[in-house]
Amino acid sequence: MAKIIIDNKEYESDESKNLLEACLSLGLDLPYFCWHPELDSIGACRQCAVIKYKDEDDTKGKLVMACLEPVTDKVRISLEVDEAKQFRADNIEALMINHPHDCPVCDEGGECHLQDMTVMSGHNYRRYRFKKRTHTNQYLGPFINHEMNRCIQCYRCVRFYKDYAGGKDLDVFGAHDDIYFGRHEPGTLENEFSGNLVEICPTGVFTDKTLKKHYTRKWDLTNAPSVCHNCGLGCNIIASERYGGIRRILSRYNGDVNGYFLCDRGRFGYEYVNSKKRIQFPFKKQNNSLVQIEKKQAIQEIRKVAEGKKLIGIGSPKASLESNFLLRQWVGAKNFYAGIPETEGKLIQKVIEIVKSGKVNVPSLNEVKSYDAVFILGEDVTNTAPMLALNLRQAVRNTPKEQAAGLNIPVWNDAAVREVVQGNTGPFYIAAAQATKLDEVATQTYRAHPDDVARLGQAVAHAINPELPETDCSKEAGKLAESIAGALLDAKKPLIVAGTSLYSRAIIEAAANIAFALKEKEKDAGLFYVAPEVNSVGLFLISDKFLDQAFENVNQNDDAVLIVLENDLYRRTDKNSVDNFLQDYNDIIVLAYLENATTQHATYVLPAGTFAEADGTVINNEGRAQRFYQVHVPENDVESSWKWLQEIMPVGTAESTIHFENIVYNLVKTFPDLEGIQSVAPPADYRKGTQKIPREPHRYTGRTAMHTNINVSEPKPPEDTDSALSFTMEGYSGIPTAAITPFYWSPGWNSAQAINKYQIEVGGELHGGNSGVRLFDKKNSNIGYFKNITKTFSPQKGEWYALPLYHIFGSDELSAQSPAVNERLPKPYIALNNSDAWEAGVKEGDLLGIVLQGETLKLPVKLNTGLTKGTIGLPKGLKETVGTRFPFWITFKKIKDE
Amino acid sequence: MFSNLRSLWIVFLHLFRKRETVEYPEEKTELPARWRGRIVLTRDPDYEERCVGCYLCAAACPVDCISLQATEDENGRRYPEFFRINFSRCIFCGYCEEACPTYAIQLIPDFEMAEYDRQNLVYEKEDLLIEGQGKYHGYNFYKEAGVDFGVKKKGEGENENKPVDVRKLMP
Amino acid sequence: MNEGVLHTLVAFGILVVLLTIAAGLIWLERRLLALWQDRYGPNRVGPFGLFQVMADMIKIFFKEDWIPGFADKKVFVIAPAMLVITILMSFAIVPFTPEIMVVDLNIGILFFLAMSSLGAYSVVLGGWSSNNKYSLLGAIRGAAQMISYEVFMGMSLMGVVIMAGSLNMTDIVIAQKKMWFIIPQFIGFVIFFIGGVAEAHRLPFDIVEAESELIAGYHSEYSGLKFGLFFVGEYLGITLISALITTLFFGGWLGFGFLPPVFWFLLKTFAFIMVFILLRAALPRPRYDQLMSLGWKILLPLSLLNLLVTGAIVLYFQ
Repeated sequence: MAKIIIDNKEYESDESKNLLEACLSLGLDLPYFCWHPELDSIGACRQCAVIKYKDEDDTKGKLVMACLEPVTDKVRISLEVDEAKQFRADNIEALMINHPHDCPVCDEGGECHLQDMTVMSGHNYRRYRFKKRTHTNQYLGPFINHEMNRCIQCYRCVRFYKDYAGGKDLDVFGAHDDIYFGRHEPGTLENEFSGNLVEICPTGVFTDKTLKKHYTRKWDLTNAPSVCHNCGLGCNIIASERYGGIRRILSRYNGDVNGYFLCDRGRFGYEYVNSKKRIQFPFKKQNNSLVQIEKKQAIQEIRKVAEGKKLIGIGSPKASLESNFLLRQWVGAKNFYAGIPETEGKLIQKVIEIVKSGKVNVPSLNEVKSYDAVFILGEDVTNTAPMLALNLRQAVRNTPKEQAAGLNIPVWNDAAVREVVQGNTGPFYIAAAQATKLDEVATQTYRAHPDDVARLGQAVAHAINPELPETDCSKEAGKLAESIAGALLDAKKPLIVAGTSLYSRAIIEAAANIAFALKEKEKDAGLFYVAPEVNSVGLFLISDKFLDQAFENVNQNDDAVLIVLENDLYRRTDKNSVDNFLQDYNDIIVLAYLENATTQHATYVLPAGTFAEADGTVINNEGRAQRFYQVHVPENDVESSWKWLQEIMPVGTAESTIHFENIVYNLVKTFPDLEGIQSVAPPADYRKGTQKIPREPHRYTGRTAMHTNINVSEPKPPEDTDSALSFTMEGYSGIPTAAITPFYWSPGWNSAQAINKYQIEVGGELHGGNSGVRLFDKKNSNIGYFKNITKTFSPQKGEWYALPLYHIFGSDELSAQSPAVNERLPKPYIALNNSDAWEAGVKEGDLLGIVLQGETLKLPVKLNTGLTKGTIGLPKGLKETVGTRFPFWITFKKIKDE
Repeated sequence: MFSNLRSLWIVFLHLFRKRETVEYPEEKTELPARWRGRIVLTRDPDYEERCVGCYLCAAACPVDCISLQATEDENGRRYPEFFRINFSRCIFCGYCEEACPTYAIQLIPDFEMAEYDRQNLVYEKEDLLIEGQGKYHGYNFYKEAGVDFGVKKKGEGENENKPVDVRKLMP
Repeated sequence: MNEGVLHTLVAFGILVVLLTIAAGLIWLERRLLALWQDRYGPNRVGPFGLFQVMADMIKIFFKEDWIPGFADKKVFVIAPAMLVITILMSFAIVPFTPEIMVVDLNIGILFFLAMSSLGAYSVVLGGWSSNNKYSLLGAIRGAAQMISYEVFMGMSLMGVVIMAGSLNMTDIVIAQKKMWFIIPQFIGFVIFFIGGVAEAHRLPFDIVEAESELIAGYHSEYSGLKFGLFFVGEYLGITLISALITTLFFGGWLGFGFLPPVFWFLLKTFAFIMVFILLRAALPRPRYDQLMSLGWKILLPLSLLNLLVTGAIVLYFQ
């Protein structure tokens, strides 16, 4: 720790920081634009000027940019001295010269970093009377709105988009004061992290287009701390509501999970919540169609239907632990099925087994950035766990960055570090079934059938630990395995990434073997598994039965009632078996968010709450339990599934009346392993002082007018008995503990940058600790090596091995139903190996006919996807391929052009 | 003691003064133009709605009696989808007018808006929007702003240069 | 007609007249205050707004008869009634004319003093039973104020009693045939007037209510008809004090021959009622401690002095 003297007051600060970070960490208000805790300093905006003095006697000092000055012991600076203040005021006046008179119609207004900094710097009167520079805008796709006039040339956007996220299609053009940030031509921003430009841009150049369509100011939003439900990583989000609709998603900082950022699926895939297809009231099947009924009637009838009958429950990886558990308690453990087919479920169980063993470190998502060698097995992370891809891109730079450290360049000096690093990357190996987006930063890639990917993994493990069984692979692969093993052993922190997406148990085992072997070599190895859905891990911690078993057992219980929880079975497995299964039940109760194929077969449909209307706990891929909170109380009958289950349970059942926390308590009693979930969130009776934490900012408007179109007498605001949050603006107005922070705001800091005030030090932990509890940090079993080695894949003549190809937009069921994401869905296709295509005589775009689930599909051919010979790829989860159980063998037929 | 007697005497003398009361319904006073009465939404010189749905009036309102939702037309022009003032809560403080960056919301010298039913004091946009410009003439926000929402092209507004040609090579 | 029936009729007549006057005073006060403040006051309901009182009465009758849940119910109900009863009882000894009076008591003044002491209970009990801190504060102030001012109010009357040689009200009026007692007993009059204002807890001595400090003081929790009783009680109090001033210092019904005695009595009484209202229009409320020190440090010695001097002079001339 170094002593620094700011305005004649002594403070302590970390020497690895720059002065701007130090000032902000100390809670001092120093304006800045181009600096960002993740992007570090380049000194482009000149806003954080301070006066630095040589020593005590120096009265003049010199003007320096705080973001480019290191913290050194006894450094003496002044923020408040007139020269510094005047410089900052003049600088912002210059930045504002061409800034348009747009604030009233600008979506950034009210949460604009430029507004905040202008006020902070004291520039309040426009002296410049001449004409303003203008720019034309570009269409940037369905996510981002472009308004170039507002730009202040801080370069944050390109630094994030190009340098940080690896985007190719956003750049800076022009010269002097004509500088333009945009694409080379109007078009959709292709990078998966483009949404972060909304938060990165200090003003309104890049704004959220989905928010624009139903615009609401930040101060009018009812917010809740939530967890993204669109993949298995469990990134933290702030979900915001106004007038009964979810208006936008912002990243909620969590130093252990997503850090500052979010992927576009997470940010823009929320609108299904407001969908017209949303089930808002209970429905009952009458004359083969669903008819809306009263809630009371639904509850009474369902109770009558279920009375005394055997109940079968199907859980869901999209539903919270509490909902799944309550269903399990009601129907009985032996009648509760996980709602996932065996092929996938077994893999998740395997992942849990390995992660739970605690044999190697399972890093958190954010920790991934600190690894210096990476080996990915089989996973296309950009599409299956996008935020992981973003963090891996940072990990790639760790080895070359050491060079900069050798040159005495501080790590935060971004421009200098990049100058040293150039395009160099650290050891980064990808073995996958097809080309992936991360290939561009990979040291070497290996494309093979999943079985061969696993074999390569086993070969690497063997190369690290020769005691492990040897794999006979091609010379080329053998050499690659050697070099991967070498690189991993050379690294300080090697990381192995694998997942369930290729439905290959061998890959999961091979990844574990490598990590175990590295661990034995005393390496600080990390093992990161990607889980498919938000609560996949949680679901298999409380159930061990698969959907297939439910299907098999069907005939034995003739007069049973089926309860399906937040799960569209037609997406899980093929149509025929689901049809057969559902046919055997007279009474099917479905709790669902949206109309889907399963609800069509239900006798009763109940409106289940999505993350926006429900409370619950989910467990992500690393075994981190996180709580998500209800955002608002809707005016329809939508509520948490566990509440619905409590209501339709027979009267007098112990579980039917208990409080949320008692459900968690019972859950922990049944599954002692999950003990940690009790401390995921402060209890419902937690108060800051005597107050609850308000979901609405204290400037929330329209309270006395928003409901008056219905009745001039204002209704009583809803109460939240399930958490320490309140649904109103009344309550504690300071900084609450991280797990229940519904939004970021601090006096003078209205933008998302107010997060600085919520962190103990900039970029560090939040006050009260990052939220979420890791359940598997205890080492509890000694798991051995996996010694089975799969056979190598051999292509079949006239038959192809179909593999799922994932898409960030489309493979996920719910986000794909959001209008903005829907615009980005890929067209269905069939991906072919180039030489296979040549042999079959098909070209890119030719139509091929395949038979999927008894239906013939005509799909255009897509080449150059890096698939190996003998495999084809089909997009996972699109309407055309939904319910297909990968992998399988398939033939195709060329369709002649008419 | 004496001062008490004196004030008694002075007050007593008021017996012979003229009364200040204006007997309202029979007799009416002239209200100044800036009198803070009924709130209206005005139109710009091109007869379009002035309100751009910026929510500043709602934010300024101390009793939170203004609620609106912004939406946009096919050109992107912002306007309120609904605009509601609950006059049973309004205290006619005029902060909304002060906050309005486009002169859209204005208080006019009309106060005769009593109702027997409180529900009738809830005014929607149709009730608030008037045909004219109100007190402030000639202002059209979209000509001053940088955005191109179909009112003027980029660079054609007040105080604007032609849009920059990014491809030009001149220094 | 039977003497007893006639007497009952007179008493009943007085009661009706008094209540009418008290109600009318509500209107009168509002009109007069308005006049002194350059306004109109109630002028819409009926001619000159005279029916305003009716409207108010109707309103007050139809208000919910509500007793707070935390109040002591019995006492809460009795308190306002007590105020009106004691004041009306006091009127029993007021000689409107030699013929029109309820009872010609030998101990008239004593009876009045006794009744007005009882009146203090109304304020104290009303404030106490409300179970509200503002009410209680009002009640405590009321108790202190009314008991203190009672002392020298009684003292100040002793000069009159000495001069008339009787406690009987009729005798006192007759004793003023030559000269109204205002002249020899000026100091007594001033003290009695101030004491009277305090006793009726009228402005400026309404610190038992003191709306700027205590909401509404002892009757904060009262509403509807019970509040109405306190309200009417206040105006009856004004009328009583005015009537007593008239009787004791201004020769009661005595006057010039061309008008009936009752007219003289009413004329004088109304003059004082208007003075009461003028006081309200003109003077600010003193602080509580100022009120108490005025009473004990100035008025009490002054009244004792007055008694001493009057006694001495009367003795000297005997």
